[in-house]
Amino acid sequence: MPDTSHHDAFVEFERVQKSYDGIQLVVKDLNLTMPKGEFLTMLGPSGSGKTTCLMMLAGFETATHGDIRLDGRPINNIPPHKRGIGMVFQNYALFPHMTISENLSFPLEVRKIGKSDREAKVKRALDMVEMGAFGGRRPAQLSGGQQQRIALARALVFEPELVLMDEPLGALDKQLREKMQFEITHLAHRLGITVVYVTHDQTEALTMSDRVAVFDDGRIQQLAPPDELYEKPQNSFVAQFIGENNTLEGTIREMNGDRCVVQLNNGDLIDAMPVNVSQVGERTRVSIRPERVEFNKDRLQEGVHTLKAEVLEFIYMGDIFRTRLKVAGNDEFVIKTRNAPDQVRLEPGAQIEIGWLPEDCRALDAPN
Amino acid sequence: MSDATAEPDKISGPTPDNALRAGDRADDGPVLAADGTPLKRSLSRALRAQKLRALALIAPLLIFVLVSFIAPIFDMLFRSVENQIVGETLPRTVVALADYDATSDELPRDEVFEAAYYDIFIAAERKEHTRLGSRLNYEQTGSSSLFRKSGRGIDDIGEVYQDQFEDLDENWDEARPWAELMGDPDWIAAQDAWGGEGRMPRFELRDGISDLLPRTAETYQIFARFMQTEEGESPLEEEPWTVVHTALYQDLLAGDVSGYTGPRADMLVAADALVESPGFETVVFRDAFEEIDEDWLNPEIWQTIKTYSPTYTSGYFLNSIDMQKTPEGPALRDEDERIYGLLFQRTLWMSMIITFSCILLGYPIAYLLSNLPMRTANLLMILVLLPFWTSLLVRTSAWKVMLQQQGVINDVLVWLGMVADDGRLVMINNQFGTIVAMTHILLPFMILPMYSVMSTIPPSYVRAAKSLGATNWTTFWRVYFPQSVPGIGAGSILVFILSIGYYITPEIVGGTSGIFISNRIAYHISSSLNWGLAAALGTILLVVVLVLYWAYDRIVGIDNVKLGG
Repeated sequence: MPDTSHHDAFVEFERVQKSYDGIQLVVKDLNLTMPKGEFLTMLGPSGSGKTTCLMMLAGFETATHGDIRLDGRPINNIPPHKRGIGMVFQNYALFPHMTISENLSFPLEVRKIGKSDREAKVKRALDMVEMGAFGGRRPAQLSGGQQQRIALARALVFEPELVLMDEPLGALDKQLREKMQFEITHLAHRLGITVVYVTHDQTEALTMSDRVAVFDDGRIQQLAPPDELYEKPQNSFVAQFIGENNTLEGTIREMNGDRCVVQLNNGDLIDAMPVNVSQVGERTRVSIRPERVEFNKDRLQEGVHTLKAEVLEFIYMGDIFRTRLKVAGNDEFVIKTRNAPDQVRLEPGAQIEIGWLPEDCRALDAPN
Repeated sequence: MSDATAEPDKISGPTPDNALRAGDRADDGPVLAADGTPLKRSLSRALRAQKLRALALIAPLLIFVLVSFIAPIFDMLFRSVENQIVGETLPRTVVALADYDATSDELPRDEVFEAAYYDIFIAAERKEHTRLGSRLNYEQTGSSSLFRKSGRGIDDIGEVYQDQFEDLDENWDEARPWAELMGDPDWIAAQDAWGGEGRMPRFELRDGISDLLPRTAETYQIFARFMQTEEGESPLEEEPWTVVHTALYQDLLAGDVSGYTGPRADMLVAADALVESPGFETVVFRDAFEEIDEDWLNPEIWQTIKTYSPTYTSGYFLNSIDMQKTPEGPALRDEDERIYGLLFQRTLWMSMIITFSCILLGYPIAYLLSNLPMRTANLLMILVLLPFWTSLLVRTSAWKVMLQQQGVINDVLVWLGMVADDGRLVMINNQFGTIVAMTHILLPFMILPMYSVMSTIPPSYVRAAKSLGATNWTTFWRVYFPQSVPGIGAGSILVFILSIGYYITPEIVGGTSGIFISNRIAYHISSSLNWGLAAALGTILLVVVLVLYWAYDRIVGIDNVKLGG
């Protein structure tokens, strides 16, 4: 068997499979390599296998098949408490019968670290999350956001190189969540720790991560930095799952390298960039981001195909306008325009012509 | 609709706006509700309706519990201090004993014997003397038979006088002359006219007879009314008790009837002359009592009566802590008479062992149940609950079958050759049997609260501890166990309080060394009929439980106890 491990790999999943019942695979053939210091997010709908992967990495679940390596060492048979991986849980999991300081000093105590050292580290960790004054309180006396900070400090206080976070912000309200996203990212980069972060919130994944692994059906559908994930989805699941997305279905008519012409179901032709289609005559689903659709003829490239559209609804959203159109039989086609002084507000019932840059329109696999 | 046209700010009277204005004006005054009343009063009025409705909803159960549970318990507990029987049965004796020094080893004065004669005679007629005997028998052995014997022999005293009066004049043994002498003429007429329907006309003493013959009048009135109410007989047809003759003798001896001119004056004057005559035979009460039973000349019985004469007594409580009331004050019983201290100690000690065994056996099961998938856990829970659906007697009897010397366990051990046939283990009718059977019976009460607490401990705590580097043992001991303590506490309180008052199982498998205080209480309730002592023991048990409960609340905090959810 060839050695597929990378020398700069810190966390590695190699051909990992997991089944709970012996009938169905929850994780199917997972391969993943993470360098040290990376912030990687596992994103996916519930039941996609992302949390199972995290639990296998933490040691609470064992892989049915395959190897998991940490810093080059296989860890399949190492019990969780010897892996030295910090972990933050969705419900914080702060021990309710201990004070905040006792919670933080727990991982140090079990590592038999001396009392004075312990106190110094606990203080440093509390200061790091700006909770220095709360050491004597009990978890129940703190707000959700404060508890989450303490949980973070506790996962970091014993200076692990890898920290796992299982939907840590899921229980917080929107505003606090955004603030904490920012804080966690900064802390991780400042400390240079490697983070595996699990969430089902795509905004969180995009804003926080160096790379995002999109999970579905037990497989990684795409592993890429956020911008690439958003702008260059590899398949229609990713395109659908990340951000808002317009889709039209049709058949490939012409292939010219990185350009192709797609004939939509109603016969109209559009330009697109082939992503995972290769042959003329193949069924495809094209995906266009709402903000990349253009209806001002002056701004369209010459010679490109355009589509006729009817304005169905105009929604004022403050910073942007959201306009719903009927395009090629699809009446859920949305375009977003910035609320600029010269921006046109489309009236419902208006007939317009829309187009886009061919590279923004991605011809993906057609779902069955 | 006229308000709509009027300017709102010019409306006077209670409007919301005006109330707000009033509230603004009176900054330091009470906050006012919209209609101008103080907010507090308005609020309490609104809440009162809610409270009344809540009260109405629980009222049926509350009344039921009060009538059928709380009231009987308090009535029962009250018996532990209640002691009216002595004062009610021997009223004259108690008064006469007032200045008797119970600490001296002397007999009381003759007046006390005289009072006792009247009291015991009347009590014997009312058949109350045996009850009093049983009551005093708790305090002094032999009292019961003494009183029973006295009830039979007490007639002899009066018969001496009765015979002599009768020899003088036959009329002294007739009902009618007595009634005419003692009774009100109006009453006699009414009694004669009474046809046997409805209530008899109530006996009334004749005017002045009480001054002339005080003792006789009193005893005759008691006799007459007793005949009317208890026996349903007319005093005009019943010759009086001999105690009346004794009273007559005493009255004639003490007073002067020469001036008497009322009915049957000749009879009375003749009797007076007889009494004064030198040949008249008299009885000394003390000697008569001695004749009935020599025990009456033992000062102890008088000391006991004197000690227990008050309406309320601490005697039962002293008895239940192995002490007794003596004329000198409370004193510890002799070593060989002490039993309740030992029983209380044993009850507490064995309850503690049972509670501890339940924790040891129940904790792993509760832990397993709370960590299994729902379906499996529910299935196993049925097994835990199965004993609940089996009769307590069946389960206890099953242990009898298992543990006895010819029982299953011994048979198997003998068959395996682990014990010799003549050396079969004694596992029943002792403390061991009680502990085993009660641990089994009370185990579900430990498992259920533990389970309900453990199932609320999120598995993420254990995972968090492990991810922080704790070994399995440290995780359990430092993180899981402290959070399961409220369940242990709740289970322990439940099991301990249940076992401290357990009755059936110790009764069946306890033998003599394995019985609890509750078995003794049951004995006093149903066999010895010493309800006062049973009530005192029960009260002490109740107080012990409450004190333990209080101590638990102070140490662990009752808020930390979770019986569910």
